[in-house]
Amino acid sequence: MTEREQRVLDALEQNRRRPPKFTAQRIDMSHGAGGKATHKLIEGLLLPAFENPALAPLSDAALIPFGEAHLALTTDSFVVRPLVFPGGSIGELAVNGTVNDLAVSGATPLGLSAALIIEEGLETDVLTGEVEAMARAAEEAGVYIATGDTKVVERGKGDGLYVITTGVGIADPELNLSSASVRPGDKVLCSGTLGDHGAAILIARGDLELEAEVFSDTRPLTPLVEALKESAGPGLRFMRDPTRGGVGTVLNELARDSGYGVALWEERLPIRDVVNGACEILGIDPLYVANEGKLLAVVAPESADAALEALRNIEGGEEAQIIGEVREEPARMVVMHTGFGGTRMIDMLVGDPLPRIC
Amino acid sequence: MKYVDEFRNGEIARAVAAQIASLTDPDRHYKLMEVCGGHTHTIYRHGIKDLLPDQVELVHGPGCPVCVLPMGRVDEGITIAERPEVIFTCFGDMMRVPGSRGNLLEVKAEGADIRMVYSPLDALRIARENPDREVVFYAIGFETTAPSTALTLQRAKKEGIENFSVFCNHVTIVPPVRALLDSPDLRLDAFIGPGHVSTVIGCRPYEFMSEDYGKPCVVAGFEPLDLLQSILMLMRQLDEGRCEVENQYGRVVLWEGNVQALKSMAEVFELRPYFEWRGLGFIAQSALKLSPAYADFDAELRYSTPGVRVADPKACQCGEVLKGVLKPHECKVFGTACTPERPLGALMVSSEGACAAYYNFGRKSFEKVEIGSKG
Repeated sequence: MTEREQRVLDALEQNRRRPPKFTAQRIDMSHGAGGKATHKLIEGLLLPAFENPALAPLSDAALIPFGEAHLALTTDSFVVRPLVFPGGSIGELAVNGTVNDLAVSGATPLGLSAALIIEEGLETDVLTGEVEAMARAAEEAGVYIATGDTKVVERGKGDGLYVITTGVGIADPELNLSSASVRPGDKVLCSGTLGDHGAAILIARGDLELEAEVFSDTRPLTPLVEALKESAGPGLRFMRDPTRGGVGTVLNELARDSGYGVALWEERLPIRDVVNGACEILGIDPLYVANEGKLLAVVAPESADAALEALRNIEGGEEAQIIGEVREEPARMVVMHTGFGGTRMIDMLVGDPLPRIC
Repeated sequence: MKYVDEFRNGEIARAVAAQIASLTDPDRHYKLMEVCGGHTHTIYRHGIKDLLPDQVELVHGPGCPVCVLPMGRVDEGITIAERPEVIFTCFGDMMRVPGSRGNLLEVKAEGADIRMVYSPLDALRIARENPDREVVFYAIGFETTAPSTALTLQRAKKEGIENFSVFCNHVTIVPPVRALLDSPDLRLDAFIGPGHVSTVIGCRPYEFMSEDYGKPCVVAGFEPLDLLQSILMLMRQLDEGRCEVENQYGRVVLWEGNVQALKSMAEVFELRPYFEWRGLGFIAQSALKLSPAYADFDAELRYSTPGVRVADPKACQCGEVLKGVLKPHECKVFGTACTPERPLGALMVSSEGACAAYYNFGRKSFEKVEIGSKG
C-alpha cells in the first residue's frame, strides 16, 4: 500500500467515526427506509437534541432505572399500506411490533398504549377488524392494552389508519444484552426465514402484477426469547428484531457498535424460494427486506447449539439457523461467504430498497 | 428447473474456476472489463472475483445507465418534474441519481408529483387515467430498455394519447466502448459483452472490437455461472491467441439480435450527434432522441428544455479509473469533493461503482477477505 493510499484510507476512517451531521433540506422517503439516511436523521438530529444515557445506546427499547430494577420503554408507529395483507394486518403488527421490541431487549412486557389516527371516511367494519386484531394479538402475547388515544384526521391526510403503540416492561436483571457484550467467536442466530413480511407487503400492494403465496411473519417473539434465555443463560449477548432495514442493516449496526466484524454464510440463510424469487424479480435483496416475527441473537459459542435446539423446538422457530459468527476482522464490517464460493461485503441499506433496471 | 439455483451452483463454479486457473499464465496480468452494470452487480453479489486467480482482474465498465447520466440531464428532468401540471414518471433507481441541486427523491419531497414505474407502459396508463394532467416518462437505459420506450410511444401515437411525452436519455453501448478502445493508455485485454443489450442488438455490433482493435469479446448472461463461463471463454481465447466475438448467452441472445425490436427503435428514435456522459465527457453518436415522426411526444420540445450543461469538475478522473489507469484513491477528488452522498463522477453513484465500493470498504472492496467456507 502506498503512503498516499494509506492517507486516503485514514481520512475516510476518521470521517466515519465522526458523529453524522444531518444536512438534508427536507425529509424525503429515504429517511424512513431504515438505512443510512434514517441513521443520519436519528444520530445527526434527534440524538444530539435529546441527549441522555437511556437513549444513547439506541437499542430497540430504552432501559430506565426504577428502584432496584430497570423499566424497558419502547414506542413504534405503524403506517403500512394495505391495512390488511396476507398473514396479518396493521392492528396485529402494531401490537406484535412493540411486544417484540420489549422482548428482544430482554424485558417482560407489562402493558401497552395504543393511539389510533383514523382518516375521515374509514369504514367502521375495517376499524372494528383492526381493533379486534389488536385485542387478539395482545391476548396472545399476554399483555394489556392499558391506555390509548383516538384522533380523526380529514380525508386525504392519512392512509385510512395509523397505529402508534408504546410498551413498558421489566428488564431481566440477569441479562446484559448489548453490542458491548459481544465477543469474537460468538455465533449469530436467526429464528427463521428472512424477508417474508416485506415481500408479502410488496406483492400485496399490487404495483407489480405478481402472484405469489407469501405471508407476513408477524408474531410475538416472547416465547422464542424465553427459550433463548433458558437455553443460553448468560451466553445470550445481544438480540434484535430485524424489522425495517432487514438483517443486513441490524448486523451492520452490531459491527459498527461492537467494533468487531460479522461473517455470514449465504448457504445458511433461511430464505423461502418464493421470497427469493419475488426479490429476484423485483431487483431487491432479501437481506434488506423487513421481518416482523424473527429475531437475531448473538450467543456465546458454547451455548449456541443448545440455543439453536431450543429455538427449533418452539412454534415460529422451526427454521432457526446459525447464520454467522462474530470475528476480529474485518473490523466494523459485515462480510458474507456466498453460495457461489466468493465473499461479498454487506453494506448498510442505502436509501429505499428501490428496484434496479440494470 | 427453477432457472435460478442451477446457475448459482457452487460446485460447478469451483470446477470452472479450476479451468480458468489452469489457463492463467502466472507471469501475466489479465485485465478483463465487464461493460455492463448488471454484470458488476452479479460480480459483487456473488463474490466472483474471489474465485479468480490473483492475475485475473475484473475492471468495471461504463454500462450502468443511471450512473453515466450527466448532471445537466438530471437537472432538466427535475425542472420538468417541478411543473405543476406534470406527473413525472421514472424507474426506481433513477430517483437517487444526483443532479447539481439534488435528486428526484428530494424534489418529490418538495411537492413534485413523481411516481416510480416498472415499465413505460405504466406511465402511459397513468396518462390515460389522468387526461387533465401531463405525464412525462424519464426514459433511461441502453438498447435494453429502449425498445420498451419505442413500443410505448408507438402505442401512444396509435391511441392518440396527447398528454404523454418522453424525456429521452437512452444511450447506446458501442460508442463508449469504442471511445475506451481508442484511448492510447488503455490497459484492457478483453471484454465481457453486455447480455441484455445484446438480446436486442445481437452480437454483430461487437465485431469491430476483435477485428479493428484485437480485443476478444464474449457476450455473457447475468447469473454468476454465466459470468464465470464467459471469463473461461475469454481466457481460452487469450491462451490460444484467438480474438473473436463469442456468445455465451445463447439461451437468450441471437447473433442477429431482435429484428422486431430494432425495427421499432428505428422508427421511433434517431441518433443524437453527440451526448455527454458523466465523468467521460462528450461521445459522438452515443445516444438516442425521438425521431421527427414522434416529435409531438418529445418532452425536450414540449418543454423547450434548454440543454443545461453542468461541467464535470476538471479534477474528476472517472475516465482514467474506467480505463484502469488509476485506482479510485488516486483520483484528485476522491473522498473529498466526490463522495457517495454527493457524487461527482459516475463511479461514485451506484454503491457498486468502483469508487463507491472503495469508499465504503477500502481495499476490501477488491482484495480477498478470507472468512472460511463454513462457520
